[in-house]
Amino acid sequence: MKFVDEFRDSEKAQYLGQAIHQLARELEPRLKRPWQIMEFCGGHTHTIFRYGIEQMLPDCIEMVHGPGCPVCVLPMGRVDDCVAIAEHPEVIFTTFGDAMRVPGSQKSLLQARAEGADIRMVYSPMDALTLAKKHPEREVVFFALGFETTMPSTALTVLQAEREGIHNFSLFCNHITTAPTIKAVLDEPDLMLDGFLAPGHVAMVIGLNPFQFIARDYGKPLVITGFEPLDILQALWMLLQQLAQNRCEVENQYARVVQTEGNAAALKAMQQVYETRDFFELRGLGSIDHSGAGMRPEYAAFDAEQKFKVKNLTITDPKDCQCGAVIKGLIKPWECQIFGKRCTPENPMGALMVSSEGACAAYYNHGYGRDAA
Amino acid sequence: MCLGIPGQIAVITDAERLMAKVNIGGVLREVNIACIAEEGIDLQSYMGAWVLVHVGFAMSRIDEGEAQRTLQILEELGEMQEELNTMQTSGATA
Repeated sequence: MKFVDEFRDSEKAQYLGQAIHQLARELEPRLKRPWQIMEFCGGHTHTIFRYGIEQMLPDCIEMVHGPGCPVCVLPMGRVDDCVAIAEHPEVIFTTFGDAMRVPGSQKSLLQARAEGADIRMVYSPMDALTLAKKHPEREVVFFALGFETTMPSTALTVLQAEREGIHNFSLFCNHITTAPTIKAVLDEPDLMLDGFLAPGHVAMVIGLNPFQFIARDYGKPLVITGFEPLDILQALWMLLQQLAQNRCEVENQYARVVQTEGNAAALKAMQQVYETRDFFELRGLGSIDHSGAGMRPEYAAFDAEQKFKVKNLTITDPKDCQCGAVIKGLIKPWECQIFGKRCTPENPMGALMVSSEGACAAYYNHGYGRDAA
Repeated sequence: MCLGIPGQIAVITDAERLMAKVNIGGVLREVNIACIAEEGIDLQSYMGAWVLVHVGFAMSRIDEGEAQRTLQILEELGEMQEELNTMQTSGATA
């Protein structure tokens, strides 16, 4: 496939690997400990595991798999809220497939469906709107989750519903934003991170500016990164060069998709429909100021939170879960006390074991750390 | 969840609702193009354009020139690396 295959070329990957090793050899005498790089986005985590990129890297580079997997940072209480909405008899509850297996305090959406709730997986929020048109007697709720990559699609769907006068459609809005989440990671006192591979598709929407504070205020270099293996290797090479040259900047490896200013039409739709919440809870990270987006009062008619008087339950994670420490890079997934024992992809306790983009599931499925567990 | 997939706009199906059929790896899918359609530009001119599709929305035009530039950098890096490798092996045998 065009724009995909070229960026999976194994010969170029080998050369990039060699170039990274060479730079690392030059830098190694200056390092007191391995260099820790966080790939924030779950999509990057997925590529890194799928193509065995960690095995290509020298020992002095450690990848830390960050919290940028929306399903992984979804608090249990929000899953309970979803189940409560979905169990209304008039509701057709629609969601991306990833969210189906996230455990709530009582059950997941998958279990709720088995018990009779009308829960349907859709590919696009527009598919949910089509369902609402087809079933005017039902209330179709779309579970809107994800970072800024997904926000324009849900905002545009609401605007479309408004234009077409479809009133049996609403969003259960659980969108979260990237910069406050990265800031929460950076404010962690035990932090050892040295640089970031930043999420290319978030940057495609919001542009480069919202990432500048990471280099400017926290002194961490950062490269906006695409999702193919060559993208990730090239971004690592660019980060190492920043380190070697004592630079600390926001660079854009993914220029074929990301423009400096982001996408104006997408940002306009988001601003029209969403406003920043004062705070929002992220699983493993706790409550983070300004990290969530809610719907503006003008769109209350499309807001499931208003329509269903959602309780916003706060449910504490199981005590033994150490998802938070993994997300912040403080421990490796297999160092969690329940990894591979009471927490497996078939029977996840922590959210990082649920999605294929979650660090724990990725490690487990690729056989890492199972011996240790 | 945040993944996107490249596709090529095949035909504009609904100009008012900004919908188009996009060829994604040989499969045609209805995609919303509101994020890439610029005001005052004839929608027909987007036919053949490469876009990044995410959950049924074209989120960005893919810039062919930039893609080539990135690949060119990697090509040059490869050539340099090859030269270094040759230098090292011939140095070792000498």
